[in-house]
Amino acid sequence: MTGAPPLVATRGLRKAFALRGGRWGGAGGAAQAVRGVDLDIGAAECVGLVGESGSGKSTLGRMLIRLIEPDAGSIHFDGVDLLALAPRELRRLRRQFQIVFQDPYGSLNPRMRVGSAIGEPLAIHKLVRGAAERRERVARLLEQVGLDPAAAARYPHEFSGGQRQRIGIARAIACSPRFIVADEPVSALDPPVQAQIINLLFDLKEQLALSYLFIAHDLRLVRQICDRVAVMYLGRIVEEAPAAELYREPLHPYTRALLASTPTPRPGPPTPPALAGEPASPASPPSGCAFHPRCPIAEPRCARTTPPLLAIAGRHKVACLLVGSPDSK
Amino acid sequence: MSRSGAGAPRGRAAALPSMPALLQIENLQVHYPGVAGPVRAVDGLSFGLERGETYALVGESGCGKSATALAILRLVEPGWIAGGRLWFEGRDLLELREREMRAIRGGRIGIVFQEPAAALNPVMRAGSQVAEALRIHKRLSRKAARAEAVRLLGVVALPDPERQARAYPHELSGGMMQRVMLAIALSCGPALLIADEPTTALDVTIQAQILALLRRLRAELQLTVLLITHDLGVVAENADRVGVMYAGRLVEEASVARLFAEPHHPYTRALLRSLPGGSGATAGRRLPTIPGSVPDPASPPPGCRFHPRCPAVFDPCARREPAEIEVEPGRRVACFLHDPRAGAAGPGTGP
Repeated sequence: MTGAPPLVATRGLRKAFALRGGRWGGAGGAAQAVRGVDLDIGAAECVGLVGESGSGKSTLGRMLIRLIEPDAGSIHFDGVDLLALAPRELRRLRRQFQIVFQDPYGSLNPRMRVGSAIGEPLAIHKLVRGAAERRERVARLLEQVGLDPAAAARYPHEFSGGQRQRIGIARAIACSPRFIVADEPVSALDPPVQAQIINLLFDLKEQLALSYLFIAHDLRLVRQICDRVAVMYLGRIVEEAPAAELYREPLHPYTRALLASTPTPRPGPPTPPALAGEPASPASPPSGCAFHPRCPIAEPRCARTTPPLLAIAGRHKVACLLVGSPDSK
Repeated sequence: MSRSGAGAPRGRAAALPSMPALLQIENLQVHYPGVAGPVRAVDGLSFGLERGETYALVGESGCGKSATALAILRLVEPGWIAGGRLWFEGRDLLELREREMRAIRGGRIGIVFQEPAAALNPVMRAGSQVAEALRIHKRLSRKAARAEAVRLLGVVALPDPERQARAYPHELSGGMMQRVMLAIALSCGPALLIADEPTTALDVTIQAQILALLRRLRAELQLTVLLITHDLGVVAENADRVGVMYAGRLVEEASVARLFAEPHHPYTRALLRSLPGGSGATAGRRLPTIPGSVPDPASPPPGCRFHPRCPAVFDPCARREPAEIEVEPGRRVACFLHDPRAGAAGPGTGP
């Protein structure tokens, strides 16, 4: 991936959602979901995007494939400026980037047979001629995700959560995409089923040379299949590194806290909570480094200065005033 | 699993009648209505909780762990408890009148559910929901109940309890709502706290806070905790003993240290191996998996329910149900591999 141009590249991506009163404080406010994100995803690379609820990771994922329109910034897909495309051209390009959703129950039309759900994108993009070819392609896709081709004639409610997620994956790969946003694809599943789906995504990546943005809140899962990991906090990437390096040497205090908070299946003395308090509201992100109110090592300047995401060593980037800079430690 | 009787396998509790377990479940059967007759969600489950311990019940969706929790409170509708005994503080809960049972729910037994947003009343202030429990169970005056509610919200470390007591659930975060749920569950001084996936809906940093709170409350209030979860990481750090359920039955029970060090049942072994970050995982590689999927509870396979997916299956598995074998004190397994009478490779660890 080094040297080669990235398949997906964003610069300065921003999105705010207008709010009408309620929890996020008063009328006229806006939840600033994504507050300036630069992210590259290489060809056949799996990039993990982790963070807690409200960190903006799903919003970012959806903007990358233009399911949500950004307020500012740019997205390039294979060198093409996605935000400058005419609707027709965008539609034609869409088959190259797809999404797998979290909820295998909510993301399939309950009144549509599985075969139609998977075959629909093939028809829309005119990738098959006639019903027979379409049936044949659907059968092969079902096999590819580990389901019986006879599943095509059945309805989603006849399948378990894991099987439905396989159906969602079959639909996502139907048009031979190059890039898939997998938005918490296994969060709703039991661990043994998670393992099966993770393996399927892993195999498909190898077979089809797919690129993934793998959105998750479980760092254990991300480590399993991702080449590189980006950690988000309140709309910004705070750390980004090759997966092995991030787990070996997390630099940002938030990444460290996330890793320390993840329970491991090994008995031992319980880990004390790494962080007190809760993330601030995206409607009023704290000044400077948004993490400073919860940060165990924060200094007064952290409330004043927004730390840029800077390369520390090689491909390891971190946005913290206190790590990596010459005057730290 | 069950027919051998509940007391026998758990030697410790049965042999010492002077110090009975706080809760002893014997051969519990919970059925739910199904299209083709009753579905046996829990089918012959026996285990006991010692005073002061945290016992984790783990398993996948549909294994019957939540049905067990609800059965302890006799809240299984539209299902029903088709058999068994639920001994709690010397009484069989299944023999109690509904009025007596109401005094136990939220009184001697508190419960916290996975989705605090669904469990709390959306149109009632947090403090009032805590106070309501106190007025019903402890017959406190309105004023005394309100003061006690604020105190309890402080005990569960809700920030600024005086002010947050006036908040509605939608004004609180998931973690704060779970603290309110805990305050309600603990309001009447329970002996037993049932925590049904208490942190599954929360972010990891908040999960760590709630689990630490649970550990502190357990020590301070001498609580016995039944922790229901599918996360073996949560079990490893928070429970003393663990029961592994599969398709309505307990397949293995051990201390947490022993179970993770040396899982006996092939299902437990496969479960531990399939975890990212677990014993069988290598980053950047495929995970070991369990072939197939959990059986439909309406028509479980004959014999051992795990046999169609088991890597160590042999001749008795499909024909007979494995009995519960006490392989070492305080440790039982329902598997022919560990049954000396089954003529297997021996009572070792199997392949």
